[in-house]
Amino acid sequence: MTASDSAVTDQSGPGNHSTNGVGAPREVITQNRVVIRFAGDSGDGMQLTGDRFTAEAAAFGNDLATLPNYPAEIRAPAGTLPGVSSFQLHFADYDILTPGDRPDVLVAMNPAALKANITDLPHGGVLIANSDEFTKRNLTKVGYDADPLEDGSLAAYQVHSVAMATLARGALEETGLSKKDATRSKNMFALGLLCWMYHRPTEGTERYLREKFARRPDLAEANILAFRAGWNYGETTEAFAVRYEVAAAKLKTGTYRQITGNMALSYGIVAAGQKSGLPVFLGSYPITPASDILHELSKHKQFGITTFQAEDEISGIGSAIGASFGGALGVTTTSGPGICLKAEAAGLAVALELPLLIIDVQRGGPSTGLPTRTEQSDLLQAMFGRNGESPIPIVAPRSPGDCFNAALEATRIAVTYRTPVMLLSDGSLANGSEPWKVPDVDTLPTLEPGFATAPNAPDGSGEFWPYLRDDDTLARPWAIPGTAGLEHRIGGLEKADGKGSISYEPDNHDRMVRLRQAKIDGISVPDIEVDDPDGDAELLVLGWGSTYGPIGAGCRRVRGMGLSIAQAHLRNLNPLPANLGDVLERYRTVLLPEMNLGQLSLLLRGRYLVDIKSYTNVTGMPFKAEEMQDLFVDTLKGDVL
Amino acid sequence: MTATDLGLPTLGGLDGVPTTEDKQTAKDFTSDQEVRWCPGCGDYAVLAAVRGFLPELGLRRENVVFVSGIGCSSRFPYYLNTYGMHSSHGRAPTVATGLAVTRPDLSVFVVTGDGDALSIGGNHLIHLVRRNVNLTVLLFNNRIYGLTKGQYSPTSEIGKVTKSTPMGSLDQPFNPLSLVLGAEASFVARALDSDRKQLTEVLRAAVAHRGTSFVEIFQDCPIFNDGAFDVIRKGGDDAKQRLVPLRHGEPIRFGLENEHGVVRSEDGFGLRFAPVAEVGENALVVHDATRSDPSLAFALSRMSDQDLTHTVTGIFRTVDRPTYDDGARAQVDEAKATRTADLARLLRGNDTWTVEE
Ligand code: SF4
Repeated sequence: MTASDSAVTDQSGPGNHSTNGVGAPREVITQNRVVIRFAGDSGDGMQLTGDRFTAEAAAFGNDLATLPNYPAEIRAPAGTLPGVSSFQLHFADYDILTPGDRPDVLVAMNPAALKANITDLPHGGVLIANSDEFTKRNLTKVGYDADPLEDGSLAAYQVHSVAMATLARGALEETGLSKKDATRSKNMFALGLLCWMYHRPTEGTERYLREKFARRPDLAEANILAFRAGWNYGETTEAFAVRYEVAAAKLKTGTYRQITGNMALSYGIVAAGQKSGLPVFLGSYPITPASDILHELSKHKQFGITTFQAEDEISGIGSAIGASFGGALGVTTTSGPGICLKAEAAGLAVALELPLLIIDVQRGGPSTGLPTRTEQSDLLQAMFGRNGESPIPIVAPRSPGDCFNAALEATRIAVTYRTPVMLLSDGSLANGSEPWKVPDVDTLPTLEPGFATAPNAPDGSGEFWPYLRDDDTLARPWAIPGTAGLEHRIGGLEKADGKGSISYEPDNHDRMVRLRQAKIDGISVPDIEVDDPDGDAELLVLGWGSTYGPIGAGCRRVRGMGLSIAQAHLRNLNPLPANLGDVLERYRTVLLPEMNLGQLSLLLRGRYLVDIKSYTNVTGMPFKAEEMQDLFVDTLKGDVL
Repeated sequence: MTATDLGLPTLGGLDGVPTTEDKQTAKDFTSDQEVRWCPGCGDYAVLAAVRGFLPELGLRRENVVFVSGIGCSSRFPYYLNTYGMHSSHGRAPTVATGLAVTRPDLSVFVVTGDGDALSIGGNHLIHLVRRNVNLTVLLFNNRIYGLTKGQYSPTSEIGKVTKSTPMGSLDQPFNPLSLVLGAEASFVARALDSDRKQLTEVLRAAVAHRGTSFVEIFQDCPIFNDGAFDVIRKGGDDAKQRLVPLRHGEPIRFGLENEHGVVRSEDGFGLRFAPVAEVGENALVVHDATRSDPSLAFALSRMSDQDLTHTVTGIFRTVDRPTYDDGARAQVDEAKATRTADLARLLRGNDTWTVEE
């Protein structure tokens, strides 16, 4: 077993003997947590298999976290290392924070999947391999001289070699399905076997398959047959001596569902539209890993949502600005390369002072970088990546489910302060999933757009001054076309304070630069909360975005060792919480792990003159709990950085 | 119709835009901003024509929006007392698209120039006309970059000597009308800044058309491209020999005594000019702007020469075709009519579980 990501110790041990079913009685071992990794060829349906197992674990009531990992190529050559796709799932009977560092169970559908993943499996771990694919040709393709399933090289693991494709085909013999289609159902066989091993319910998957293949009932039945064949294989053959149980987690009371970050973000945008009464307009150009938001919102037009697949990234944001000018909630979604292209228009939105959501699902960079991997390296771009003094508020969700709240928070800021807002998600949040407590719609905050309705000139002239600001928020009025008497012209040129006409006045420009900055600096954001259970910690670990899970898991482990450590996590990155400076002063050491080369740490050092210790690792993969644990212990001992 | 029939009713360009009974004048559409183009700039004439033309539409002023990009002509919105946005270089079509899609009650104009629309914003322009978003594009073509002080533009003639091309420009210019016709434009016209009557006629038809109405306006820049259009702008006999005005339903004729005309070329693929006396009246091509096939409009767009030996003006093409914005709104309306917008149900989804005390 891998080390637990919490202070809860593994209580694996012999339990009851299973008596249900037709097979021999099995020993049942109860576990607190398990990490399973499904790995196969890109064409093997590993993401689907993982998703289904996740859904079953969720429906059973486990807490869970997932990590899909797939190549950027849609179908790299079959059977090769670059073509390996995997899905890791961590499920437990308590609240967990990460998708797990290393698998306890590895399902390898071919030699490439074995080769790419076996080094992550700890000794003693369970390996289930699809022996059908371990042919001489496939072995040679990835550089195996001999079959590792037979040459003894895997002796350190509990190896189960199962001819999944052959067995699936056998189960489908009667159906008259082609050999190719029958072979393709081997992933469902694997899923069935794992469901048996972990006492997962099966109805959900069967229902899902019937819906998915509603137009091809023959394929639906074939996949269900293969799924059951996998389950029965576990039950009736003697190959597997033990089954495992992971009890439901004791989460806070409420109704839960499983949700990915992109889904939660999409729902947050729908909710933002509903709660503000604004029609939503999404202008977007397809890009990994953000496209799912475009897909999802396109399904929900009944909520008054217009989705526009633009000709390019610039048009995506340009159209959203046009929609905002007209009184809609303009939204644009993209990833880092798209933010580069949108920079000029984002600057226009800063000058226009119109509400706008700019969503950046960060991925590995620079340039095209690692489209399907995760990184936090767009922070400085979000902060400063425009010409001129061009401040933009930034909000970053911490977990997949938190993307929902982050979208609402970003909308609140955008609408209240009439400003573009940058929301920084990332690839691991976007595609990762977790149980999400479904919020009560009635308790979600409402938002008042407060469109201008009457002339406002302080000189009593009856004119409308588009840049006359609210005393509190410094926001300007949002006067939408169609409102009589408020006709006005705005643009990217500098405007006269108040009146809004073009102005090249030196003093006016200085004033406007400072006003725009003061407006963003003055945005009210919640104080940062510190989790310091012992109250005497000397080390504060600060994070932002998706590192919340691994940092939290690392802190739990360290506390489990009897050491004190404090954790705080930033959701609002611009402006920063008002109490942050005090919090940083309070701890002898502040450690800031980031998946970049220290971007937030650069900002905070400059801002607070605090000697923040920066830890960085830019692999395209999320931090591991163990990595955080080691880092924290070493920092506490004073031997790093 | 070559496009899929989406079953959308045929509407006019201004249907859905609220009107007023109040008498309006050019003055009502004039903002308090001082107009700052160079003296003699062709933009003044266009502004005067637009200010003079808008009152006849009888629209509520607050429901008219001018969106522009960057360039001399893009200052246009500041001088009109309507809603307006001076956006960024080349991007006006994107802003106008978002606005037109979400606000069917607005009459939307895009004001742009040859550099703005055809160089930095070329991609947006072709996609705008392809989608046929209901708005009117006024492209002021002065064949030069004015605001940046005189570099050659994508409509400048080959060999143009400018600050950035002291040895002459090398690139083939765009023919803007051919370009947008290739991009499936549903309304295409050309007018001269100096011919207010024709310009107004073209504007009237452009605004009445539902879809993207593309109007190229030859505009004189006396500072950086002085006299570029003089041979056709100044009127008189020379201009009459060069200008080929199009009138829907009439044979295409021009010249001092209308002695020239347009006939099919012998190879059957295009058009050519010919003396009427030589070919006979019956051989003349009768202009039909409503042909769904764009070949005639395209062939006519090719009859204009860069050196203005011949310049075809008027309405080349006006055909009904579904608009993107009507379609987008219809989808939202259909979804609203057939599905309930139940946020709680959306958030719950199909697979929930409950944790109890
Ligand atoms: S530079 Fe040319 S186009 Fe620009 S305002 Fe002056 S005359 Fe008009």
